[in-house]
Amino acid sequence: MENSKIISIEGLKKTFSTTGGKFTALNGINLEFGKGEFTGVVGPSGSGKTTLLNIIGSLDSPSEGKAIVLGKSIGELNVKQSAMLRRSQLGFIFQSYNLLPVYTVFENVEFPLLLLNMNDGQRKKMVLDSLEWLGLTDKIKSMPSQLSGGECQRVAIARAMVKKPEIVLADEPTANLDAANSHHILKSMVQLNKEFNTTFIFATHDDKVIGYLHRKISLVDGKVAKDEITNN
Amino acid sequence: MIRFLLKGILRDKQRSLLPVIIVSIGTMLTVLLVCWLNGFLGDSIEMNARFATGHIKIMTAAYQKNIDQVPNDLALSGVDSLMMKLRKEFPDMKWGERIHFGGLIDVPDNKGETRSQGPAIGFGIDMLSGDKSEIERFNLEKSIFRGKLPSHKGEILMSEDFSKKLKINPGDTVTLIGSTMNGSMALYNYTVSGTIVFGAEAMDHGSVIVDMADVRAALDMDNAAGEIVGYLPDIYYNEENANKVVARFQEIFPLSGGEFSPVIMTLRQQNSLGNMIDMIKSVGSLMVFVFVLSMSLVLWNAGLLGGLRRYSEFGIRLAIGEDYSHIYKTMIYESVLIGIIGSIIGTVVGLLGSLYLQEHGLDIGSMMKGAAIMMPSVFRAHITTNAFYIGFIPGLFSTVAGTMLSGIGIYKRKTARLFKELEA
Repeated sequence: MENSKIISIEGLKKTFSTTGGKFTALNGINLEFGKGEFTGVVGPSGSGKTTLLNIIGSLDSPSEGKAIVLGKSIGELNVKQSAMLRRSQLGFIFQSYNLLPVYTVFENVEFPLLLLNMNDGQRKKMVLDSLEWLGLTDKIKSMPSQLSGGECQRVAIARAMVKKPEIVLADEPTANLDAANSHHILKSMVQLNKEFNTTFIFATHDDKVIGYLHRKISLVDGKVAKDEITNN
Repeated sequence: MIRFLLKGILRDKQRSLLPVIIVSIGTMLTVLLVCWLNGFLGDSIEMNARFATGHIKIMTAAYQKNIDQVPNDLALSGVDSLMMKLRKEFPDMKWGERIHFGGLIDVPDNKGETRSQGPAIGFGIDMLSGDKSEIERFNLEKSIFRGKLPSHKGEILMSEDFSKKLKINPGDTVTLIGSTMNGSMALYNYTVSGTIVFGAEAMDHGSVIVDMADVRAALDMDNAAGEIVGYLPDIYYNEENANKVVARFQEIFPLSGGEFSPVIMTLRQQNSLGNMIDMIKSVGSLMVFVFVLSMSLVLWNAGLLGGLRRYSEFGIRLAIGEDYSHIYKTMIYESVLIGIIGSIIGTVVGLLGSLYLQEHGLDIGSMMKGAAIMMPSVFRAHITTNAFYIGFIPGLFSTVAGTMLSGIGIYKRKTARLFKELEA
C-alpha cells in the first residue's frame, strides 16, 4: 500500500534564539515519507522530534533547507496557506488529547468539518462514521470531563481522522495512557492506516508505539542517526 | 459556526458570565441615567414652559425687547381677535393669555391699617372662565395647601410661604398696590381663597395667582395681555414642531416693524433654555461615551485574562487548521453575542428601573429649600424611544472594542509558540 512520496525533506535546519545564544534543534535532515506509511520519529527529549513534526505540520517553518509536504514547500507558505494545508489534509493527535472542554464528543469531532464549510447532513454522517471507527458511538453526548484518558485520546483520533486527511501527525500519543489503553488506540490507528491508507507519523520514545511502527527514524541531536524498516 | 460559538459561550461561564455581567450593568446604568436625565431635564423645561415660557410665546416687539422688566404698558392689545385667529390657524395647539405683574401686597387689620406688607410676583391666568387648561398647567388643584381654588371674582391664590410671611389665612382680604397698563397707580382688593405649594422654590417664594379678568380690571388691561403662551400637543417640548408653528405664524403676521406688532419666540429662545435643550440632546451621547470608554477598559482586561486562559484552545484550533484571522473573527463574533445578550438584559433591567422612577420619582424637595431656579423637586425618569436601543451602543461597542484590543495578542504569538503553550 505504501507508494508515492508525499513528504520530502532536504537539508532541513531549524534554529531557535535562546537567552544562551542559538540552539539548533534540527541539523541537516534529509528524509522522505511515502503515502500510507506508519512511521515513528524516535529519540530522547531534545532530539528534535517535535520540531520536525511541527515543520511537517506547517506549524513552524525551516530555518534552512526544504520541507515539501503534499507538494507544498512549507517555508514558502503564508499563514493562510499553511492553515489551509492543516485544515484540509493534516490531522494532529496530541499527548494531552487537547479536546475543547466545553464541547461534547460529537462537537469536538465536528469542529474540523465546520472549518471546511460542509453542509449539516454531510458533516453529521462523517462525524458519526468517525466515532464508529473508534467505538465511541455511545459517547456522542458526553463531555470530555466525563471520559477516561483512553476515551479522550480516541476522541482526539476521531477528530484527526474525521476529514480523512492524507497525513496524521501524532506527538507522544500514548504518553498519558496506561498499557491497555495505549495498545487499544494504537490498534485503532493501525486499522485506520490500513483502511484509509493514511500516513501516520509519530514522535515518540514509547516502546509500545515503537512496537507497532513499520519504519523507525532515530534522531539524535537534531540529526538522523538511523532510518530503518521494522518487522512489524 | 455561530451556533457552535454560542454553545461555547453559554457553557463556558468563565468566558461569558463576567463580560455579560459587566455589559448588563453598563447598559442598565446607561439606560437608567439617560431616562433619568431625560426626565429631569425634560421636567425642568416643562416646568419653565408651564409657568413662564410656554412652548412658544407671543408678545409685542417692544415687550420682547424689555421682557425682563415685564412691561405691561407694552402688552398686546386686541387679544380676543388674536386668540381667535391663533385657535383657527393652529387647532392642535393650546393657547393661554397671561399677565405677569409685580406689586406690593398690603394686609390691613380690622381698622384698615397696614398689618403687614410684602412685594409679590403676580401671575394673571384664566381660572374662572370654565376652561381648566391653565389650572391644570399650573397644577393648582393638587398644589392647594390651605383653602380652595378661586370660584368667584375677586379671589386670589397666594403661595403658602408668602402667606406665612404676611400672616394671612384663607378668607383674609389683601390689597394689591401696583401700576396700571397706562402708568397710573392701581389699588385693588382681593380675598385670599387658598394657599399653594408648587414644589418649586422660585414659585413658592412670594407669588400670587389671580384670575385674568381680575388682573385686567386691576391693571386696566381690558382685552390686553402681556403674553400669549402656546403649548404643543407633545408631552415634552418638540423643537421641530415649535419651529413649524413659528414659521407659519410669521407667514400670517409678517414683521411690520411696528413696536406693537406681535412677535413669536420659541422656548429655546427664552431664559437660556436653549442650553438645557442642547444638554438633553448631548446627555445621551455623553453617557454612551463614558460607558463605552470605561466598559471597554474593563472588558479589555477581562478579554486579556480570558485570552490567556484560552491560549491552549487557540493552539488546538490553529493546529486543526484555523488561521489567526479566523480565530480573531470568531472572538469578535463571540463578543457580539455577549454584547447582545448583556445589552438585552441591561436594557430590560434599566427600563424597569426607569419605569419605577417614572411612576414614583425621587423626592429631593428637602434638599432644595431656598433654591431660586425653577426645577422640579421630584426627579422623575422619562422613558423615550431611544432608551430601547441606546444601551446597545456601549453594550456592543465596548465588548467588541475590548475583544479587539485583547485579541491583538493572538497575532503577536507565533503559531509554534502557541502550539508549545498548548503542550505546556
